[in-house]
Amino acid sequence: MLLDKILEKYPQQEDSLLEILLAFQDAKINHFISEDEVRQIASYLHISEAKVCSVLSFYTFFRTENKGKHVIQVCGGVPCHVESDFNVAKTLEKELGIKVNETTENQQFTLEYTSCIGLCDEAPAMRIDDKVYTKLTPNKIKAILAEYRVYM
Amino acid sequence: MINLKINNIPVSVKEGTTILNAAKQNNIKIPTLCNYPDLHINSECRVCVVEIEGRKGLVTSCSTQVREGMKIITNSPRVINARKTITELILTNHDSNCNACAKNMNCELQNLSNILGIDQARFPSVLKMEPIDDHNPALVRNPNRCIKCGRCIDVCKNIQTTNILEIMGRGQSMKITPAYGKYLSDESCTFCGQCASVCPVGAILEKDETDKVWDALHDERKRTIVQVAPAVRVSLGEELGLKAGSIVTGKIATALRLLGFDDVFDTDFTADLTIIEEGNELIKRVTEGGTLPMLTSCCPGWISFAETYYPEILPNLSTCKSPQQMFGALAKGYYAEKIGWDPENLFVVSIMPCTAKKYEAQRPEMRHDGKHPDVDVALTVRELGKLIRQMGIDFESLPDSEFDNPFGITTGAAAIFGTTGGVMEAALRTVYEVVNKKPLEKLDFTDVRGLKGFKETTVNLGGADVKVAVVHTLANARVIAEQIKAGTSPYAFIEVMTCPGGCIGGGGQPYGTTTEVRQKRLEAIYKVDGKMVIRKSHENPAITKLYEEYLIEPLGHLSHEYLHTHYHQRKKQKPKHKNVMATY
Ligand code: SF4
Ligand code: SF4
Ligand code: SF4
Ligand code: FES
Repeated sequence: MLLDKILEKYPQQEDSLLEILLAFQDAKINHFISEDEVRQIASYLHISEAKVCSVLSFYTFFRTENKGKHVIQVCGGVPCHVESDFNVAKTLEKELGIKVNETTENQQFTLEYTSCIGLCDEAPAMRIDDKVYTKLTPNKIKAILAEYRVYM
Repeated sequence: MINLKINNIPVSVKEGTTILNAAKQNNIKIPTLCNYPDLHINSECRVCVVEIEGRKGLVTSCSTQVREGMKIITNSPRVINARKTITELILTNHDSNCNACAKNMNCELQNLSNILGIDQARFPSVLKMEPIDDHNPALVRNPNRCIKCGRCIDVCKNIQTTNILEIMGRGQSMKITPAYGKYLSDESCTFCGQCASVCPVGAILEKDETDKVWDALHDERKRTIVQVAPAVRVSLGEELGLKAGSIVTGKIATALRLLGFDDVFDTDFTADLTIIEEGNELIKRVTEGGTLPMLTSCCPGWISFAETYYPEILPNLSTCKSPQQMFGALAKGYYAEKIGWDPENLFVVSIMPCTAKKYEAQRPEMRHDGKHPDVDVALTVRELGKLIRQMGIDFESLPDSEFDNPFGITTGAAAIFGTTGGVMEAALRTVYEVVNKKPLEKLDFTDVRGLKGFKETTVNLGGADVKVAVVHTLANARVIAEQIKAGTSPYAFIEVMTCPGGCIGGGGQPYGTTTEVRQKRLEAIYKVDGKMVIRKSHENPAITKLYEEYLIEPLGHLSHEYLHTHYHQRKKQKPKHKNVMATY
């Protein structure tokens, strides 16, 4: 196991925590640290899982889910489908080259469905991270993605 | 001594004193919020800021030490304004619904706002409401009230070494939660309630069960039985406005009758019974080569700690149930039979210094008939205070009265169960006389008394010197558990209590429990012991009668049915979706 091999290199003390997390996230193929791995690290260092989580959550460069830098949530509500003569999810899948619930290879985007965003009168809508985009068209989606690719 | 001036008044204090304490010693009040006497919290809230001549910024008085010649101003307009703004900003991220909060009138944030003269919400709220965690039998965590002072983290990490709560994230979205924002019940929380005890606001509280008790008290079909733990008689007074260390045993009995309980009994009775059973278990283990050291088992926080973190040492735990649970089993078994009452219509309430007792009462092992809990509800001292206030009882002016029989006849040995060292001393008083077949010359085992975290002594039993130890706080429990694991424990018998000071410092005790307060409660407990006519459990005539009439002999068949239990390795809840490699 990759994690075992990395842990072996460090002394079993709390000071090693940050280095272990960095080394492991870097070495792991999909670059994120799962709950089981947190448990294993905590037990190796004789500290609590809460302590490991605390450090993980302090630094923005750690990822705890197999998710891209940006999470795109497509509204699964009815109006978003009825209102549009194109399919938002399908368009995004095509643009990103992944299916819903997948992450792009460069770890930039994760695509998922969400429950109604609550902006039905401006359907169709999607959310990227904390930001909501409404009245989508295929071209608008392309433009938004381009912006994220370049600037964010 | 260091000489300095505070508000132009020359003062001199010991080197190393903080500005806050220097001011306090000279009767100058500086408001604080995160600071707490026994904890190590530094400058989390900044409410305690003061001005020092020659320094640009304001400094936090709780974490800055005095220096020779310092000139400190604690109340300039700049300081007062800063404190007020800091507090107002804390309030923007706090659910200030005081009327609907159990901490109302007992809340440090509320008090602070009052002192600072905050009478309007100057800044709009930025609070994002989050779900409340009430998924365990003991504690409720309401993150919307948390002011991120860090006290709970410090107790849980440094005193209990469990480190369940931690800072998650940073900046505006910073939170104090268990790993992954999980429920306390998903983590290895012992429900000791020390976090609730120090929380300045209502963000961690015991799970209130006073409604259940009112319902039972007003239910015609139910016969309500109440038991009062040893440590409660020296602390309930504080909850109702009396001085720390007031002994209120007689007033408690009276108040409970006024509340409407049918039988007012004393957990001290089953504390005596514990000594008989546990003492005999110890003698048996020593003489027959059982697992040693034997560890006490009356503290449920300690039991869940052992079950979660040290399953290897479960065979070392005494199989005796705690006094609370021995009482419950006897009440619904023996007593129900004796008075000819259907146990289904008996409602057993216990008054405890403890939040973990709520969890213990709900454990499936604690139902001797396999169905109904032996103890229906365990209330904390604070909850009993609430009942008494709701009922409009003027506690201070109540006359004393006695507990009912048969579970009201008790000894000094039982009384001291409430403090660290007490169970050990009570056990030694009995075991010594039983084994050596001669009376003890001196009943006071002073080596095991006091608030020191790790105490030990040696007693001569049947010609051999036997070493025993007493620890409190889980940090110290860990030390003895590691010794046992490593096979290096030199002791035959060890008393373990989860809370600092034992139950007198329990997580269900009145707020404001500090070392100073613990010391006063502890002294009161030994005063109770000193005044008792009988001070050894094996001389309790009601216990002798119980064996004659019912139990027949210690460790006998009925004892096993009612008074003993077994323990299980307690694993962390598995995350629902993944394979786990739990190594705990
Ligand atoms: S109840 Fe005790 S173990 Fe649980 S979080 Fe609070 S301090 Fe920690
Ligand atoms: S829960 Fe209470 S003690 Fe813990 S950080 Fe929040 S306010 Fe402080
Ligand atoms: S020491 Fe007493 S109050 Fe604390 S957890 Fe144990 S039994 Fe409860
Ligand atoms: S009381 Fe000093 S920083 Fe909080």
